[in-house]
Amino acid sequence: MSTHVEKDQVSGHETTGHEWDGIKELNTPLPSWWVYVFWATIVWSVGYWVVYPSWPTATSYLTGMFETTNRTQLHETMANVAAERAPYMERLAALDLDEIVNDSELLNFSMAGGKAVFAENCAPCHGTGGSGNPGFPSLQDDDWLWGGSLETINETLHVGVRWDANDDTRFNDMPAFGRDEILEREGINDVVQYVLSFTGRETDKAAATRGMEVFADNCASCHGEDAKGVQELGAPNLTDAIWLYGGDAATITETVTNSRGGVMPAWGGRLDEETIKMLTVYVHSLGGGQ
Amino acid sequence: MAMPHLQQPDPAHPIPQNDTLPEDDRDQPLYKTRDKVYPKRVSGRFRNLKWFALVTLLAIYWIVPWLRWDRGPSAPDQAVLIDMDLGRAYFFFIEIWPQEVYYITGLLILAAIGLFLATSLFGRIWCGYGCPQTVWTDLFMLVERHIQGDRNARMRLDKSPWTFEKIWKIGATHLSWLVIAAATGGAFVLYFHDAPTVMVDIFTGDASLGVYVTIAFLTFSTYLLAGWAREQVCTYMCPWPRFQSAMLDDESMIVTYEGWRGEPRGPIKRKNLVRGEVPEVGHCIDCYACFNVCPTGIDIRDGLQMECIGCGLCIDACNEMMDKVGFPRDLVRFDSVQNSQLRAHGKATKIRIVRPRTVFYSIIVMLVAGVMAFGLFNRSTLEVNVLRDRNPIFVRLSDGDVRNGYTLKVLNKEQAAKTYILTIEGLDATDFQVIGLTPNQDGTFSLDVAPDRVGSFRVFVAADPEALDGEATPFEFSVTDPKDNIRETYDTVFAGPK
Repeated sequence: MSTHVEKDQVSGHETTGHEWDGIKELNTPLPSWWVYVFWATIVWSVGYWVVYPSWPTATSYLTGMFETTNRTQLHETMANVAAERAPYMERLAALDLDEIVNDSELLNFSMAGGKAVFAENCAPCHGTGGSGNPGFPSLQDDDWLWGGSLETINETLHVGVRWDANDDTRFNDMPAFGRDEILEREGINDVVQYVLSFTGRETDKAAATRGMEVFADNCASCHGEDAKGVQELGAPNLTDAIWLYGGDAATITETVTNSRGGVMPAWGGRLDEETIKMLTVYVHSLGGGQ
Repeated sequence: MAMPHLQQPDPAHPIPQNDTLPEDDRDQPLYKTRDKVYPKRVSGRFRNLKWFALVTLLAIYWIVPWLRWDRGPSAPDQAVLIDMDLGRAYFFFIEIWPQEVYYITGLLILAAIGLFLATSLFGRIWCGYGCPQTVWTDLFMLVERHIQGDRNARMRLDKSPWTFEKIWKIGATHLSWLVIAAATGGAFVLYFHDAPTVMVDIFTGDASLGVYVTIAFLTFSTYLLAGWAREQVCTYMCPWPRFQSAMLDDESMIVTYEGWRGEPRGPIKRKNLVRGEVPEVGHCIDCYACFNVCPTGIDIRDGLQMECIGCGLCIDACNEMMDKVGFPRDLVRFDSVQNSQLRAHGKATKIRIVRPRTVFYSIIVMLVAGVMAFGLFNRSTLEVNVLRDRNPIFVRLSDGDVRNGYTLKVLNKEQAAKTYILTIEGLDATDFQVIGLTPNQDGTFSLDVAPDRVGSFRVFVAADPEALDGEATPFEFSVTDPKDNIRETYDTVFAGPK
């Protein structure tokens, strides 16, 4: 593409010899070292073929000098992470929950670790941050079905709720008073009116008074005479502002009629002990820990 | 690559018309090979200035990391330090946290506008005196000249066959360059670590890989750029020469050749014959002294060029010759294009520093410097940030109240441990607690924050939804330092049901 040297008459500068409608281009050639750098980058790139996986072959591919793959890199990274965590994990295993909470370093470690584990395993039902969903309790409030102390949270995590595969699972079974025809429609309506009265809401006074007896006969054995619930049985407090499935008359009627029975997997065995401890500490810290 | 609008008036040498140019049968090269520059030693006013700049700037670079500045036991005592691990930058009495990086932005703006201002006033003095590329190239040339001799000796040496003398001279030069380059790279890491410690670590092999990689890279780049690339960096790599003409006007002081009295140029012999009798004979004796000393290898008599770094060494070289032949000095001089033209017409010259361009740049410099100084002197040593929980926005409690969660970040920018008092104001709260802390008797909390650290606290506030002002009730967290009587507040909201 070389052309003869021609000088531009205005600037005295050489032109490329190209001309478009009378417009000529001044020639400012690239320095030759720049071209060498360009060639050097190409030579350098060949190095990648040698060091890293590159060309496909008929049956496999060139693996590179160190047989690097994303998978081995991931394993290396995870091994490094595990090695860094190891001293903390050892202490987590050795100490009990109260001691962990009182050790600010372990507390921070557990909070961070627990948060990650929670997001992976718990958030689908309990919501990110444990904010709860209808039927799946909020872990941030001060109301607990099976207890909100470190020990009870830890136990619930281990055994799950109504998790058949675990013999020690948290279990209770509220009867389906309507479906199983234990109570008549009127009886259910009466007891619902009575339950509504606990939280000071407008009720049918006569029905509520009749419901008192229905409650004492059918519900008090689990929910307690005062309806404040029994944590050992997992029976919820009916006098507070928190309703797992909803606190309006229609929802309570449905609950009484058909019963409820949420399920939580037992995490013991699925997650290791240290991880469950971290998770316990994290859940306990969300705002409702007792 | 002359810039036509700034070229000297040159009536004696009209640019030849196209048809007068000889036909050239050479093939035009696609790439330009580098003509190696062999700058000759020179002495004079500008060379002295350049020596001064060289020594001062290199001294600053190598000495500053060793300066100590007492900040108390909780902070490093290095006067200038950028601590990447902790995220702190120290400059004598100034300490910058990562969130105050806008000071760096301000500094960069000041540097840029300052460069524009200096250029519009004095041309490319940055390129000629201050730029690291210039300073290190100058230092490398000094070493080179010391070992290999001056311009002619170096040219001879390059052309000579590989004798023992050539091998050791070239070898010694490159070895010296590498030592300087390693010292340059080595000094750079001192700004990011405690200098005495890392210096020992470097030699005992205990420094981090990052330190060695940084030193290796900077050693290589210094050696390459100051030893080999030199003026190629200015001509081809640096963007600054390409747009510096935008900062210049006819009144900017630049290195300029007074063509009106230099032309027609010619050897001294012819001039001697006619001196005193034919006044139109030019003072330029065409000795190429200006060209020989130029570190970028250009001829200043071609006018202001992109390659010119404005160092003024050609002025020193020309003055030396003018003194020898008895012509007036400053045929090449540091002056404005306008003054050169005024002199050509026998008019009085003037230097006008106050011009719209310089005033404009000065105003920007003062504005930015003022804002930064104001910010620095009014920098609070206490800062409070509040992150309100968003998931969920609020939590319903069993007694019907709603609770909001907040993460409170308290930045203690003092080198002393602090106990701050936390209160909430403007909210009728039924519960107020900081996780892990017991409240004081009056219901406030005492927050302990270590010196020069951020304290992070989880705060829960509960309120009766009946008492709330709709979905979002504004209130504030107040953090007080009772000892120094500093108070910072943070406006936030308490979220409740609709």
